[in-house]
Amino acid sequence: MKTYSMVEKRGLGSRIGAHLYLAMLLVLLYAPILLIIVFSFTKSKVFGNWTGFTFALYQNLFAGYDFAAQVRVDPNLYRALLYTGSIAIIAATLATLLGTLAAIGIFNMRQRERRLAMFVNSIPMINPDILTGISLFLLFVFLGVSRGLGTVIIAHVVFCTPYVVLSVMPRLNKMNPNIYEAALDLGATPFQALRKVLMPELWPGMVSGFILSLTLSIDDFGVTFFTKGSNGLETLSTFIYADARKGGLTPELRPLFSLIFLTILVLLIIMNIRTKKQIKQ
Amino acid sequence: MPYMLFMAFLVLLPLVLIGIYAFTDMQGHFTIHNFLLFFSKSEAVNTFIYSIAIALLTTMICLVLGYPAAYIMAMRSFRTPAVIAMLFILPMWINFLLRTIATVELFHMFNLPLGEGALLFGMVYDFLPFMIYPIYNTLQKMDLSLIEAAQDLGANRGKVFTKVVLPLSAPGIYSGIVMVFMPTVSTFAISELLTHNKITLFGSLIQRSFGEGGTTMWNYGAALSLIMLVIIAATSFFGQGDADVDNQKGGLL
Repeated sequence: MKTYSMVEKRGLGSRIGAHLYLAMLLVLLYAPILLIIVFSFTKSKVFGNWTGFTFALYQNLFAGYDFAAQVRVDPNLYRALLYTGSIAIIAATLATLLGTLAAIGIFNMRQRERRLAMFVNSIPMINPDILTGISLFLLFVFLGVSRGLGTVIIAHVVFCTPYVVLSVMPRLNKMNPNIYEAALDLGATPFQALRKVLMPELWPGMVSGFILSLTLSIDDFGVTFFTKGSNGLETLSTFIYADARKGGLTPELRPLFSLIFLTILVLLIIMNIRTKKQIKQ
Repeated sequence: MPYMLFMAFLVLLPLVLIGIYAFTDMQGHFTIHNFLLFFSKSEAVNTFIYSIAIALLTTMICLVLGYPAAYIMAMRSFRTPAVIAMLFILPMWINFLLRTIATVELFHMFNLPLGEGALLFGMVYDFLPFMIYPIYNTLQKMDLSLIEAAQDLGANRGKVFTKVVLPLSAPGIYSGIVMVFMPTVSTFAISELLTHNKITLFGSLIQRSFGEGGTTMWNYGAALSLIMLVIIAATSFFGQGDADVDNQKGGLL
């Protein structure tokens, strides 16, 4: 293989400089994260105050009980976690189904209609969460719908579905368009053809759309904030926001954050290795 | 097509509603009073200008810090392992509120005051990955033989960069600018947490209009939202509004 002349020209000095720069930025990016992880191993209520190494906060988090203070860990934290998870799973499932069907529909449109559809599809992706949130808030007010779990799920489906459409679309483009017709010719009903022929082809796109929807839903703050109403429904994001505005952060959030961070790190590494293997194959 | 109906109902209609609320009063009569109110309050207008300035500054700092990083990682000559690039993208996947709070705690720990400096630092910290990722992406896809060709034709390193690399990475720069500018200009939570409510940004102004205080400010809030919508539309037009921008996060999977 031919080596690029750029490779030879770059001296050791500039390579070290470049890597130092990257290291510096990484330190900057990870300092706050590492700080939280470090301080998840000490039980002081006030952050930044090291009172010795302990797993106490992890114990509290899992037991739901603060052993030192002999009080329960804020039960709203667990409710918020539960809501975050359920909303994400329900919204991502609905968005994946809707988005896949929508992608098939849009794929079969004529050129001009297709462009219009893709434009409308891109609006929720471009719109900042505050605008999506307020516009849906006004819609629910306008319709007289009381806000709560249902409206939050609808809102999440709205901003997740476009991403599913975009993940499934490339699979459709790559697919042999005749196999669906062939299935019909061989006597499959349209539903059977969809399930037995189209679905296996689109599956990878659907999976990545689903995972993306999950992360978008879990990560969302702005849209949830405006559509959750005031019946005490909180997700992790809105709980943290309320908690931080009150002043002190619930100490058990530190181990929770560390665990979430580690999970994401491991997941990303696994996905990275998997895609590399696929490329090699 | 049912999906189009769904989208029309849940995406287009709500946006139209913002417009309707913006141009009506509480009784539903047409008025431009909401906009006049905004332009007559120097405080509100100042907040608006200040927010745009902060967002522009954040975007610029992100570009200045992020471009070299993306460049170093994308150029094979620096021999950066791919896992480093992943580390730069990883924070994108962590809830931005958690990251913001982590920044606040960092400032607390070093006894640094919360305020404008903290706001800028926090926003750059929150959104830097969104600048690096698209630029890294375009640079990585760049045909390296073009650089070689330029070198063969006698261009020195500076020339190669300004005449070949920079123009070819322009789409990534546009995407990065859009991806950083849009959330910074519309944020409301970050500024509240990082400045202890000392600094109000335009997003917070909008959010407060819709606060639990009642319905009296909704029309005014809708007018402010409409102004924001115009800015967003203009920004996405700048980024060519291509689906690529929106799919950057998706590209990670």
